[in-house]
Amino acid sequence: MTFIAKPKVTHPALPHNARGLTRRAYEGALSTLCAGCGHDSVTAAIVEACWHLALEPQNLVKLSGIGCSSKTTAYFVSGAHGFNAVHGRMPSIATGANAANRHLNYIGISGDGDTLSIGLGQFCHAIRRNVDMLYIIENNGVYGLTKGQFSASADIGSRAKKGETNRQPPIDPVLLALDLGAPFVARSFSGDKHQLVPLIEAGLNYRGFALIDVLSPCVTFNDHEGSTKSYAYAREHYDPVALTDFVPREQPITVDYPPGEARELALHDGSRIVLRKVGADYDPTDRVAAQAAVRAGSASGEYLTGLIFIQDEATHPDFHRLNATAQEPLNGLPFEQLSPGAAQLERILARFR
Amino acid sequence: MSSVKRVNDFTIKIATVNGTGSASANTLLMKSIFRSGVPVMGKNFFPSNIQGLPTWYEIRICPHGHLARSGTVELMVALNPETYGRDVREVAPGGFLLYDSTWPRPVLLSRTDITVIGVPLARLCNENFTGVRTRILMKNICYAGALAALLNLDLGHVRALLGETYGRKPQLLESNMQAIALGYEYVRAHFPCPLPLSIEPLERTGGHIMIDGNTAAALGCVYAGATVAAWYPITPSTSLMDAFKGFCERLRVDPQTGAKRFAFIQAEDELAAIGMVLGAAWNGARAFTATSGPGISLMSEFLGLAYYAEVPAVVFDIQRVGPSTGMPTRTQQGDLLACAYASHGDTRQVCLYPADPGECFQFAVTAFDLAERLQTPVLVLSDLDIGMNDWMVREFQWDDAYRPDRGKVLNAAQIESLEKFHRYVDVDGDGIPWRTLPGVHPKGAYFTRGSGHNSFGAYTEDAAEYQQVLDRLLKKWHTARQLVPRACLDGEGSEIGIVSIGSSDGAVREALALLRAQGIALDYLRVRAFPFGAEVEQFLAAHRLVFVAEQNRDAQLRSLLTLETAVEKGKLRSLLHYSGLPVSSQFIVAGVLAEVHGAAAAPVVSMADTTV
Repeated sequence: MTFIAKPKVTHPALPHNARGLTRRAYEGALSTLCAGCGHDSVTAAIVEACWHLALEPQNLVKLSGIGCSSKTTAYFVSGAHGFNAVHGRMPSIATGANAANRHLNYIGISGDGDTLSIGLGQFCHAIRRNVDMLYIIENNGVYGLTKGQFSASADIGSRAKKGETNRQPPIDPVLLALDLGAPFVARSFSGDKHQLVPLIEAGLNYRGFALIDVLSPCVTFNDHEGSTKSYAYAREHYDPVALTDFVPREQPITVDYPPGEARELALHDGSRIVLRKVGADYDPTDRVAAQAAVRAGSASGEYLTGLIFIQDEATHPDFHRLNATAQEPLNGLPFEQLSPGAAQLERILARFR
Repeated sequence: MSSVKRVNDFTIKIATVNGTGSASANTLLMKSIFRSGVPVMGKNFFPSNIQGLPTWYEIRICPHGHLARSGTVELMVALNPETYGRDVREVAPGGFLLYDSTWPRPVLLSRTDITVIGVPLARLCNENFTGVRTRILMKNICYAGALAALLNLDLGHVRALLGETYGRKPQLLESNMQAIALGYEYVRAHFPCPLPLSIEPLERTGGHIMIDGNTAAALGCVYAGATVAAWYPITPSTSLMDAFKGFCERLRVDPQTGAKRFAFIQAEDELAAIGMVLGAAWNGARAFTATSGPGISLMSEFLGLAYYAEVPAVVFDIQRVGPSTGMPTRTQQGDLLACAYASHGDTRQVCLYPADPGECFQFAVTAFDLAERLQTPVLVLSDLDIGMNDWMVREFQWDDAYRPDRGKVLNAAQIESLEKFHRYVDVDGDGIPWRTLPGVHPKGAYFTRGSGHNSFGAYTEDAAEYQQVLDRLLKKWHTARQLVPRACLDGEGSEIGIVSIGSSDGAVREALALLRAQGIALDYLRVRAFPFGAEVEQFLAAHRLVFVAEQNRDAQLRSLLTLETAVEKGKLRSLLHYSGLPVSSQFIVAGVLAEVHGAAAAPVVSMADTTV
């Protein structure tokens, strides 16, 4: 399902963002996923978020692994470089790319198979390193391209299309990320544009590893009765704990919220995240409470969604701040600053005589 | 009993227990000899262990500067009771054996054709030093002192070297010198010094340094302008990364701000290490990793992606003994085939084969230039022998006029002037397309993928489009053939040739000199890169019989030659050394003689001019 229409022509009346670009500038190739695939909605939300943030298209870098989800990087922001790597290895490509140029905006799109099975190790270590990127899991509980095997996020008791029942416990990427110290952890549903778009905007602007686990039903292999990742199940067991609004830098807060029920968080570049509390006592800055809330939700078969946890950027330095990397991108440093020269070589070699 | 009299031409082997600090004593000895102007080589045969297993260090002194093992031991320093038996057996007839005579060792007296020298090292140290650890450490320094007396080594060099090590700790300097004196004086008082084996100062080490290949390769990476280094620790490659980090911390940190002009990432495994290198290189940084055989196996999937998606990368493979975990602290040239064809499908990788630390330094720079010029991984195949042993090599040279070849990368203005950018079109006819970097220009954006793609970078399952890209990659491979370092050629038109690779070079060169002295002349070709240049093809065609000397069981270089050139398989004779120890010149001589004189002839190795 796609909730944001993709115009075929650029209509002169299309709205322009601060950079003077229409949404068309943030679209990509036509999706080849199944009609109604949740992933296409995520793609549309990314387009909307990038347009709203008025990103320079070339400053976005799109990374993915292998699988249906990983195809989607081709479907948004065609003016951005994309790297469709090998299965489960996107985090390492993202880490290297980010090491080479710390000033671009990195978005990784992965699936539950790509992240939680073959790529579990790299996912965990990208979190530990706090690579500055937005990591979106398009989570449908099933292997689509190989036609319907359970993934590691399939719940116990969920039934495959051919009738088989999953007996192995699932890996919850949100709990895992919280455990590993991820500083920005969110969950959403591909069918909830109002929740998802601001989360993507906040994740893109957050300096550090931002995870959004998006329940994104597979209409072909996992949308039947008995599946816990179907549209019907997700809509019935959906529990938003905190709604989010994202306010780009230098824009007034215009979101509609009752004072006293909102909380504002500033990001490094001056933009702000406004949390609108839905759950009465939910505090998204308390990691332990967040873990407990997610566990309680999953025990009662509920998906807790929204910005589940966020940590002040200043208290959790990203990879480059930990490394004390130079501000200039490493890929642009002049050779003279890198190669010490003949006179220095003479001094270096002295200790080998 | 006749003793071997050799000035500046013999091998010392020191048998100790690992983890006792003998490495510094051995280096001290070797460097003292080097500073006497006498060419020297050191090889460490150590266990994959931290403490308590047998370890040996071989120091070869050779006035002609041969860099290989001779294959004989004239002076054994036997300090490990566990290995006495074999250590005693290994001494050449007429040779010498030094042992710790604190305790009686009747087993040492089983040979009447060698001279046994007992020095009570433990007793001397126990009487003069306190503390278990100090006594153990000083015992090593003490045997270095004993050897200095026996070999007539200039104590001035020993003191100077210790001074450089302990310059800021005068007490340590003095206690080390005291240990040296204990051994030195005891030997002078109890034995005629020097031995028939001795060091006489020469002037043959000027313009040279003693350095290991991993340090040299790391320095090459610094000089090449590499900024992103990602790796997973694995013996024997780790010291390369440690050295790179050390150099960068000295040379690439802003003194005011502390900002680092490099990123050094210890990955979670080799899969991630190569992924990080590809991500960084794709994004325009010079990036590299170092690993060994098991890491190459793990990296192969990504190396195939890099080949097909045309992403530069530099990978140092410090080869060790396989298969599988094998013997991690022993040397081999066992990854030649795994690297040349790393990954599934039609994949061929550019490989460089340095023969010594000098080429490690030089090829590190070449590897980055080639990787970026060809937009493909370049694998530098060193090995444990080159990487972790100290070699005497010419001082490295650096040309300040050097600028890196960043290859075909379009800048913003160039992209702007294009109507449309196509990633995989062969614009120049050399099979190398143009690339763009992220963050430069929206018109330069493209999609990098390991799935089937056409010349424009778009996904394809179309037979003709797929094949067009694959054929262009082959064209690029032929361009690579023109750009990689030429093979080294030596000889005067013999009808017999010998081919070798990497660290086998030293043994082959010395063997050729020994054979020439016996009237057998061979032409010599040392392969330095894959793909092979035309000179390799010509050399194989021009010789009736070609020996192929390499350090693995399955004749991997020979396989590569038969696969990639038109050579008749039948005229290639393998000389295969795969014990895990570096090949000796004696081994090559014996193999050639066996073939030339027929299998019945006994291998003859003569160094008559230096033996009395």
